[in-house]
Amino acid sequence: MGSNGAGKSTLAKILCGLTPRNSGDIVFNNVPHSPVSKQDASSAGIVIVMQELNIIPTLSIAQNLYFHDLPTTRFGIIDRARLHSDAQEALARVKLGHLNPNLTAETLGVGQQQLLEIAAALTQDCKLLILDEPTAALTDPEIETLFEQIKQLTAQGVAILYVSHRMEEIRRISDRVTVMRDGRRISTYDTKDVDQKTLVREMAGKEIWSTSHTPSDLSEAPVTLEVRKLANPPLVQDLSLKLRKGEILGIAGLVGSGRTECLQTIFGATPADSGEILVNGSSVSIKHPSDAVRLGIGMIPEDRKSEGLLLSQSIRANATLASHDTFSSLGLIDQTKETLETQSACGGFSVKHDHSEQAVQELSGGNQQKIVLIRWILRDSEILLLDEPTRGVDVAAKESIYTSLRELAAKGKSILIVSSELLELMTLCDRILAFSGGQVVQEFTPDNWSQEAITEAAFKAYLEPTIDKAPNK
Amino acid sequence: MKKPTQNSPFALSSLKEYASMLAIWIGLIILFSLLSDRFFSAATFSSLANQIPALTLVAAGMTLVIITAGIDLSVGSILGLAGSVFGISLLGWGLPLPLAVILALVAGSLAGWVNGWISVSWRVPSFIVTLGMLEIARGLSYLATDSQTMYLNGALGSLSRPIAGIGIPVTFIVAIIIVILLQFILSRTVFGRRLIAIGTNEQAVTLAGIRTQGPRVAVFAIAGFLAAIGGLFYTSRLGSADPNAGVGLELSAIAAVVIGGTSLMGGRGSVINTFFGVLIIATLESGLAQLGASEPVKRVITGAVIVGAASLDAWRNQLQGGALGFLKKLVQR
Repeated sequence: MGSNGAGKSTLAKILCGLTPRNSGDIVFNNVPHSPVSKQDASSAGIVIVMQELNIIPTLSIAQNLYFHDLPTTRFGIIDRARLHSDAQEALARVKLGHLNPNLTAETLGVGQQQLLEIAAALTQDCKLLILDEPTAALTDPEIETLFEQIKQLTAQGVAILYVSHRMEEIRRISDRVTVMRDGRRISTYDTKDVDQKTLVREMAGKEIWSTSHTPSDLSEAPVTLEVRKLANPPLVQDLSLKLRKGEILGIAGLVGSGRTECLQTIFGATPADSGEILVNGSSVSIKHPSDAVRLGIGMIPEDRKSEGLLLSQSIRANATLASHDTFSSLGLIDQTKETLETQSACGGFSVKHDHSEQAVQELSGGNQQKIVLIRWILRDSEILLLDEPTRGVDVAAKESIYTSLRELAAKGKSILIVSSELLELMTLCDRILAFSGGQVVQEFTPDNWSQEAITEAAFKAYLEPTIDKAPNK
Repeated sequence: MKKPTQNSPFALSSLKEYASMLAIWIGLIILFSLLSDRFFSAATFSSLANQIPALTLVAAGMTLVIITAGIDLSVGSILGLAGSVFGISLLGWGLPLPLAVILALVAGSLAGWVNGWISVSWRVPSFIVTLGMLEIARGLSYLATDSQTMYLNGALGSLSRPIAGIGIPVTFIVAIIIVILLQFILSRTVFGRRLIAIGTNEQAVTLAGIRTQGPRVAVFAIAGFLAAIGGLFYTSRLGSADPNAGVGLELSAIAAVVIGGTSLMGGRGSVINTFFGVLIIATLESGLAQLGASEPVKRVITGAVIVGAASLDAWRNQLQGGALGFLKKLVQR
């Protein structure tokens, strides 16, 4: 364990020959281990599933699974039949048996792609499996599948090095836990002997406490965003919700429940087929994100690097991207005003940076996310749609983002937030909607919410169709 | 609050960037002056100033297109088309000079606009659309002129004649003004900012609520318009409308853009550095010619310089990233 930048991934990469080491020795099964490539490490029995997805989107699922060692016929031609059957078997192991191995990998969602990578690693004969943040993109049932696999592997004598900053996962599946910080090992414990507080303290190097939050009852506040029977098949069906002024409304749901698509449809990134969107009580037409932005809606997309940021551009250019009209007259950009407002916003959100001309790719994930948030603050958007705003962000930066969001809500902004982490929603939100099959299946308020109840709601609706089908068989 | 001094590192670094291109150009001049005693003369610079305006304009337009992560292979043909339209309007149809100029400019802009419109609305890569336009525009200029070179009897000739006392022609001054104007548009206006942003990550720009189609079509229209001015300059210099004008010019333009450090991936570039790229290519050719190098040798050396410049740029960026990464680590500690 360790927060971002602790050196966990670097350690994993060194073990797998992806990064050279400067000094020191590695001993693996009593033999010195000094891999110079990933193949080298895997032939020694060390296999890694990396944090960043490594699949080749244009190849088929089957080819991705066996890319390291494609079965061939005598003439060096890919043996399609064997590949197909092997792939089906490998997919079944991670409960993706329903997928056609001939589909291209890009047709899969992020969660499924992650499982595909894990399946690919499992096809190799390994003695040590390194999983670097394997659950970042997974939903709860997918995580369960992964954990079952891990248990089976450990029973077979495979050692697992599991890198994560999710406390509950570590507690559930690990025997021992090592905390890293600033590239050093801080401590190692037997998992059962250590409490969460100790681990968090050692990861952070200082005490971090969750700022307590009192959800407010805003049922009397004016509705700023209302969605009526919105449809955008296949993932958004008959969706209705109301977001009130000053409210933080959470959306909980599995990947594929239409939660991301819901935000994208409201924002006009994938315009709705039918249904009605009302902003401040009047019906509006949103066909393109520019319509939504004009109406005071801002969105933080799920993948900040590919959808949110101009990575090579300055903080200033990123922060003001949505408000060129307020920072210019007659088409000329007022750079002084830009710089001043960007600096003061970065100060307000305590963005760790050197200066506002720094390229955002040099910032850490949490600070990058704050820049996307600042973009909508500078735009003065009244309604914010946030898709997994703390994904891949370390504990300290998360707290800081939570504080910012609460301040924004207190100032009267309306926030709709999608998150896979229920604890996050429960510390942040005034209300939570459980999502399934593209619609709201249940509404939770602080009086009746609990992790179990929300998870159950998200699942129940998911399983219903198969239960219906069962008697027909 | 303190005055925002944070603007200055930005301004300084871009000045520094022009300086390195300027230094390379001056280095070339010194090199050729040492190698040939005839090189460093007013005549050399006067002929450079007379030769480069058309390529400068075409390369400037190309810079904008490449910054949006597109490419325009049709600029050479559009240059030829504009010259041909000008010639046929003036001589074939007997139209007055200003109208002939306007028609040529409209033809070039229209061809550019069509490039952009098809590429953006039908989602066809600009490489393919402009490859088609390269053929279409060339074919049209042959059709317009009946494949004949038309002699203009001095129309527009004064544009390319050196102004007495300064030794440089009007075309050169116009080209310089346009380069400075485009650089200003690129770095100071909303339009320029959006071009760079689109070239960096179009998806992010769209999700920031900006419609990207308009600017993307506009750069192609601008490239067409500039190629048309280039066509008029070319015509003025030769004194004739040649349907073969500008064959292969798109490659020289891309070379100038690349030497100027503009990224073919989009999102980064400078019109002024493209101008230096043009200067470097032209100086190299003229210097080699004075040394008596044969055409084949000239081409080999020019090619090597293009690859060398691009590699140098890639290497410099890597170095910068490394240095910054190191600084970042220091700060975090």
